[in-house]
Amino acid sequence: MADHGRNVCVTINGEAHERRVEPRLLLSDFMRHEAGLTGTHVGCEHGVCGACTVLLDGDPVRSCLMFAVQADGASIETVESLADGETLHPLQDAFRREHGLQCGYCTPGILMTLKPFLAANPAPSEAEIRKALSGNLCRCTGYQQIVAAVRLAAAMLRGEEP
Amino acid sequence: MKPPPFAYECPTEVADAVSLLSTHGADARPLAGGQSLVPLLNFRLARPAILVDLNRIAALGQVTVEDGTLRIGAMARQAAVEADPGVARGWPLLTEAIGHIAHPQIRNRGTIGGSLAHNDPAAELPAVMLALDAEMTAQGPAGVRTIQAEEFFAGTMETALAPDELLTEIRVPALPQGTGWGFQEAARRQGDFALVAVAVLLRPSGSGASGIEARVVVTGTGDGPQRMRGAEAVLTERGTGGDAYEEAGDAAADASEPADDPHAPGWYRRKLVAALTRRACRQAATRMGR
Repeated sequence: MADHGRNVCVTINGEAHERRVEPRLLLSDFMRHEAGLTGTHVGCEHGVCGACTVLLDGDPVRSCLMFAVQADGASIETVESLADGETLHPLQDAFRREHGLQCGYCTPGILMTLKPFLAANPAPSEAEIRKALSGNLCRCTGYQQIVAAVRLAAAMLRGEEP
Repeated sequence: MKPPPFAYECPTEVADAVSLLSTHGADARPLAGGQSLVPLLNFRLARPAILVDLNRIAALGQVTVEDGTLRIGAMARQAAVEADPGVARGWPLLTEAIGHIAHPQIRNRGTIGGSLAHNDPAAELPAVMLALDAEMTAQGPAGVRTIQAEEFFAGTMETALAPDELLTEIRVPALPQGTGWGFQEAARRQGDFALVAVAVLLRPSGSGASGIEARVVVTGTGDGPQRMRGAEAVLTERGTGGDAYEEAGDAAADASEPADDPHAPGWYRRKLVAALTRRACRQAATRMGR
């Protein structure tokens, strides 16, 4: 009883992507394989690692736990939306400066988790930062530099750091 | 790690969803927030022939307070209920417990009704709804019926819902003036399912020796939320105070029969039941002003 095609239109980073897809196509795979936006990484594909986190109408969600057909008409933001040309987003710049990544696999999901977090909480405590990061696994850094990067990014976004 | 093929329907009315479920019987599965079902599909542990997506049924997403009763549409997102100021004012136990469910990314998609209908044996929401005496509204081909929380949760990942019935609404009665509440959870990591979680409500009561009435619910120890009537009786009889909490904790532990599993041995969970029950009682009594 497979269903082989359904038209969907998903706006990703402001650009509409219209495709005919199988209902079982995950949103993560739609972004990577149909829209060619490979910045979003796929780790565990069962909602544990957080690598595939994107913003769905502004809220962070696991894109491996949604089907592309469910995002029909929705607006998605991925890590590709952060930088402005060659100019890094303050979050990206802070991660670079504080060595908040090593292999970088988890980073896109972490950045997309943090963007709305810092918008809602511009001066978070360390405990709040760690709680906000609890849904994103990083196997390289031990999180120390990530926490430092979030502090720096928060200060930059508040206009207190260059 | 890709889901198996399925046919997909996304009705916009409850009646259409129910009719799809009743037409397709055991081949169909309703899809709520997908935070438990999609992993099962990705692992191919579930292979429904047809998914009935409830996410476009706008009528199921409402959260309102009517005559003091909290009415939660089954598809209300956990994050939305967690952030609802009316819920925080009237049912802070619910707000607190939702904060223990997984992570913000999961709560942005996960729904209240989805978690209740899935009924994972260590999930927070079934325990809290049992403690709060919630009523579930279910709609099937024969019409609408109301199921009390006590009957709704029917064992590990089992509920009183028939395969062609849909949970549409959860009604939570107002807490009597002066009710104190406590919620305690132990998990290995932030966001994990509970090893043990305990919800306690203490409310003033005209009857009974101590002038309080207690509700104690424990989850994580077996096949779902369990009312600890022995512990409730201790509190109703003895009232508030360290000795009563100690005894209530022991009574709850005595009534628990957790098995050993890879996450924790049974004896450890029993110790958690006693300790967390004591702490939740103390929290509830403090909030009650005692």
